[in-house]
Amino acid sequence: MKTTKELLGGKFSIEMWEFGSGDPLLFIHGAGGLFGVDPFLEELGKTHKVYAPHFPGYGESTGSEHIDDVIDAALFYHELMDELKIPTANIVGHSMGGMLAAEVAALDNSRAKKLVLVAPAGMWLDEHPIPDLFAAKLDEVAPLMFHDPKSPMAQAFGAIPTDFKALEAMYVERVKRFSTASKFLWPIPDRGLKKRAYRIKSPTLVLWGASDKLIAPLYAKEFTKRIAGSKEQVIAEAGHMLPYEQQEAFCKAVNGFLK
Amino acid sequence: MKFTWFHLMPYRYLPEDFKEKYRSVWVDIPQNLYDPTVGHRLYNDYLDQLEFADQMGYDGLGINEHHQNAYGMMPSPNLMGAALARRTRNADIVVLGNSIALYNPPIRVAEEFAMLDVISGGRLRAGFPVGTSMDTNFCYGEVPATLREKYYEAHELIMKAWAEKEMFAFNGKYTKLRYVNLWPKPIQQPHPPIWIPGGGSVETWDFCAKHDYNYSFLSYFGYIAGKKVADGYWETMAKLGKPLNPYSMGFAQVVAVAETDEQAERDYAPHMDYFYNRCLHVYDGFADAPGYRTVKTIKAGILGQVGDQAALRREGLKWKDFLEQGYVIAGSPKTVRERLREAMKSLNCGHLMMLMQLGSMPPELVKKSTELFARECMPYLRDLWSDHEDKWSAKPMNVEARAIPAPVQFELQLPKHTNGHARTNGATESRSAK
Repeated sequence: MKTTKELLGGKFSIEMWEFGSGDPLLFIHGAGGLFGVDPFLEELGKTHKVYAPHFPGYGESTGSEHIDDVIDAALFYHELMDELKIPTANIVGHSMGGMLAAEVAALDNSRAKKLVLVAPAGMWLDEHPIPDLFAAKLDEVAPLMFHDPKSPMAQAFGAIPTDFKALEAMYVERVKRFSTASKFLWPIPDRGLKKRAYRIKSPTLVLWGASDKLIAPLYAKEFTKRIAGSKEQVIAEAGHMLPYEQQEAFCKAVNGFLK
Repeated sequence: MKFTWFHLMPYRYLPEDFKEKYRSVWVDIPQNLYDPTVGHRLYNDYLDQLEFADQMGYDGLGINEHHQNAYGMMPSPNLMGAALARRTRNADIVVLGNSIALYNPPIRVAEEFAMLDVISGGRLRAGFPVGTSMDTNFCYGEVPATLREKYYEAHELIMKAWAEKEMFAFNGKYTKLRYVNLWPKPIQQPHPPIWIPGGGSVETWDFCAKHDYNYSFLSYFGYIAGKKVADGYWETMAKLGKPLNPYSMGFAQVVAVAETDEQAERDYAPHMDYFYNRCLHVYDGFADAPGYRTVKTIKAGILGQVGDQAALRREGLKWKDFLEQGYVIAGSPKTVRERLREAMKSLNCGHLMMLMQLGSMPPELVKKSTELFARECMPYLRDLWSDHEDKWSAKPMNVEARAIPAPVQFELQLPKHTNGHARTNGATESRSAK
């Protein structure tokens, strides 16, 4: 179900997907955003009440001009959780969303009941530089994001519309999303989370695709060594887009941890 | 009509197979293609060329800022401006310009531009570009989403620093300064003429109109393709009720003059090919970081200067096509002056920014083209727009009041000692003895 939520007297208007019922689960999407077809969210909705908001600047959500940095972003999620009357929830964040989920939990450690960081951004190792997704051409994106770039899903992901109107719409939406993401990721996706991660007190699962070519799986250790009570799990035959590429294994891992 | 001789300062010796072998002339171009001793020769040749243009009566000497780029070797145009301030006498020094969001704090630009204006006796035109995406986002790491906001704030600070007579505090979002107290201040009061070079962002038109700045469209596509942008600018001006003064607009155009049309092709075609195929070979992923151009500009359908789309438009073009499509205005003096008159009239443009050293072009050809144009084209075009006031050229001190640099003497006036002991004078010795 698609809903709209107004925050702070209209400062933000948030387009949100809601699924299922049960224990609340806030999903924080990555730099690419939600696609409108995100089957793993429905699957998680079978056991949870899933809230998946579009971040300001994504989809129809507005208010990105009020967010300058990760601190503003984390406080935005705190406000949204209060508004949704779920001051504490399970929080699952993917990629840039994992970075923001960690900030949400670090800045107020009562927010995350349990935390799942899925191939999170937010750290940087000089000896393992993360490829520059912002400079990648469209046809270079799918190979970076998927274990199997030849699969129909990866092909659809990298498809370039032939219709001019559709192409323009896609281009404009990409610009909106990535320019918002640039506030947290450009030019290097390190905004000091490594200093703050110790404040995360909730049980934390760090989940990674074994063949992630964007953020190498060895980055998991950067999180687990800083977050007490965290553990790492790797999913086989999955790239950076593991919730999409290995939906079943992904949902099983998340549900198993949240149970 | 006013003429600015504009130098990009390209590296002239990129390999034959550059385009096939490397993905970009900009940002990640391999460092092993650069030879500093070649660079030494090139900088000095290029300064010679600008100085020659001064002597030939061009109104302005144009320089600009690029980073990690083999077609533009001026990370700091202000250094070149300083060299020109001392070795030229007549022309404006047109720094187009400093990408003000990149200077921390941006007050640095107010200071250096003031220095250039003071050294040159008030000959500076001060350019404030946003800067290309390659320069600002990729080379200097600026966040695309906030680049323009930072630019506007830097502009506010610089203009205020020039205008205010007393010290003030500046509490910006990106720059916070307790003591803004510019010293020195520019000769031209309240400030040098402001030029805003643009690649076609629609916001820039509003900005120029609002402040009465010159808008310079720095295109490499020539006057025919550039007309869409020029028209957009004039429409904005008209909508805002601003005068349509041709001198409020500059336009960059490749120009090359030879004895005949045929000679022009023989002389310049290979260098044009070098320029368009090697100098402008920019990896598409660097052309336009997401958020660099606003959604409004993207929807206006203005194509970028570099990247795949731009390369596609140039694909397979020959000398004849480059001339016909207006990328290049070249030929005999008669051909060039006639085409230029038509071009500048169609754009309603009073400030021609002339790209006369193109790609791999050697000094002797640059000199020939520069001189032929000055002698046989410029006088025939001077009358254009004479009924309009040019408010965007520099207003220098009276020439009699300006300092004249001492003539250069390259011979040593004192013998040079090779013996280390002999070079150490008494004062140094007593200091080090303490």
